[in-house]
Amino acid sequence: MAYDLEFEKPLAELEKKIHALQRKVDRLKPEERIQLQTLELELRSRTEEIYEDLTAWQTVQVARHKDRPYSLDYIKLICDDFFELHGDRSYGDDHAIVAGTATFEGQTVMLICQQKGRDMKEKQYRNLGMSHPEGYRKAQRLMRQAEKFKFPLITFIDTPGASIALPDEERGQSEAIAASIYLMFRLRIPIVTAVIGEGCSGGALAISIADRILMMEHSYYTVAAPEAAADILKFGSPYAYLVAEGQRIKAKDAHAFCIADEVIPEPLGGAHRDYTQAAEALKAGLRTHLRELKQIPIEDLLEKRYQKFRTIGHFGRETVAKTAQI
Amino acid sequence: MVKEASIPLTHETVSVPNTKSHLSQMGDIAVKCPKCKEILYRKDLQKNLKVCTRCSHHFRLTAYERIALLVDPDSFRELDADMIPADPLNFTISLPNSDKKLEYASKLAEERQKVGQNEAVISGYATIESKPLALAVMDFHFMGGSMGSVVGEKITNAIELAIARHMPMLIVSTSGGARMQESLFSLMQMAKASAALAKLGSEGLPYFSLLTDPTTGGVSASFAFQGDVILAEPGALICFTGPRVIEGFMHIKVPENTINSDFALQHGMIDAVVPRRDLRQTLSRLLQMYC
Repeated sequence: MAYDLEFEKPLAELEKKIHALQRKVDRLKPEERIQLQTLELELRSRTEEIYEDLTAWQTVQVARHKDRPYSLDYIKLICDDFFELHGDRSYGDDHAIVAGTATFEGQTVMLICQQKGRDMKEKQYRNLGMSHPEGYRKAQRLMRQAEKFKFPLITFIDTPGASIALPDEERGQSEAIAASIYLMFRLRIPIVTAVIGEGCSGGALAISIADRILMMEHSYYTVAAPEAAADILKFGSPYAYLVAEGQRIKAKDAHAFCIADEVIPEPLGGAHRDYTQAAEALKAGLRTHLRELKQIPIEDLLEKRYQKFRTIGHFGRETVAKTAQI
Repeated sequence: MVKEASIPLTHETVSVPNTKSHLSQMGDIAVKCPKCKEILYRKDLQKNLKVCTRCSHHFRLTAYERIALLVDPDSFRELDADMIPADPLNFTISLPNSDKKLEYASKLAEERQKVGQNEAVISGYATIESKPLALAVMDFHFMGGSMGSVVGEKITNAIELAIARHMPMLIVSTSGGARMQESLFSLMQMAKASAALAKLGSEGLPYFSLLTDPTTGGVSASFAFQGDVILAEPGALICFTGPRVIEGFMHIKVPENTINSDFALQHGMIDAVVPRRDLRQTLSRLLQMYC
């Protein structure tokens, strides 16, 4: 897989040289063989160097990489069986959210995942991973079902935001998201969320109220897609890269803020370079957390879930304290 | 600094305090209605609860004006009045090759100075026709009513008070959405307030949500639309995505005033559109029935 991102240019050049040598196969001279080895080592160390500390904007690029594994890729590699369930039973079926029952490590779980499309046609079909209200209502229906059958809930987050067209307003995008958040706080089953790519705005939050939030190393989680945020701040979307830095949107940051519980390491150069390795790491994370959560009595779990979100936020008090009389 | 005692709660005359009116300035005497362009005497406008006497356009109220309008005189006690915003991300952006700079900390100081309030929400408890309730009222004049950590925290504290004291809850929303400068912390306030409301709900306590102009973005996609009863003022912009953004996204023209209270009512998203002068009575009736 070629290095094709802007900041990967030095790597791409190294790679080109390596390919040129590799093409010679048997005709390699001994000194060329050594040269090839050095180049390969250099490529590896340079990649490590660059990927060790990506900037926020570089992270966005990796998280949006066209070859990055999407929810269905992970599901295939992680679950033994998956049966997709469709529709919200009142309006339609949203293709940006894929959901259904799956066999994970010998037990049945409910999966609710945001899915993007890879080629033009599929992108359109998946609405660029931007869910309509019926997607969140499908999610709610299946959350209730999971609760009924006591299946643990796993959600994968990968969206640039909820769909923002006029028909979405007509069908109540706000209500759909609000109701989903509300419901998840009352669900009497363990919930684990994994942000696998982009986690933007209420569209991501709607299905990510969880007991544990995992984040893939090069995923990001933020209040609005960097372009939208730059627009709102009146900088204009070309300055999205600056806003992304300022907002500290990387998985590492979310972990430092105690919002993400674990950062799942990705293969060198990003998850798209080795699907199996990325999926293995994600699977291991899900397994550990689900196992831990199952040990906790449900009432405690709900209280812990409440406290997890209750304690998020930074504020101060005026020094001259005006104590409120309660 | 606004002190509790200085809030005029003169409900009998139902006039709204004139201290912090953010009406489009036309001198001290007159104001132009942004909808019908009528020139209105400020005095008449105040007397009419800041509703245009000609076209019934509802001007925006400050949080304290709203509280004075809704609750019994002298019954409001403020909570967390001393809570001030912080800058958790140390958010500073300076554009290359220009002087344009955005510093959240100095923006906050500026807004606090300008608005005379610590944040975009005022919370506390009060009575409406002698029936107690906890309430949180947002204020659009402070950074567009955007929701940062303080907004989330104050609302959540008020809800927790409602749970502890077994009172119903009222939230008056007006907001441009989440506060970009607090990024993930801002987003998580949606979750925090929703968590408390879910708890309130499982205690069997009612939550009334009043949507005023504008209620959008993260606020509309969380507590604003979680009400057991959802009311809206006439002509309020109520949406997840603002019309300008929809236009940019869909490449269509969204006519002025499309996505408003009536639109929401028509599509089954809210329970009623209530004119400002009837709000207090409506809430009182609801409190009577639900509590």
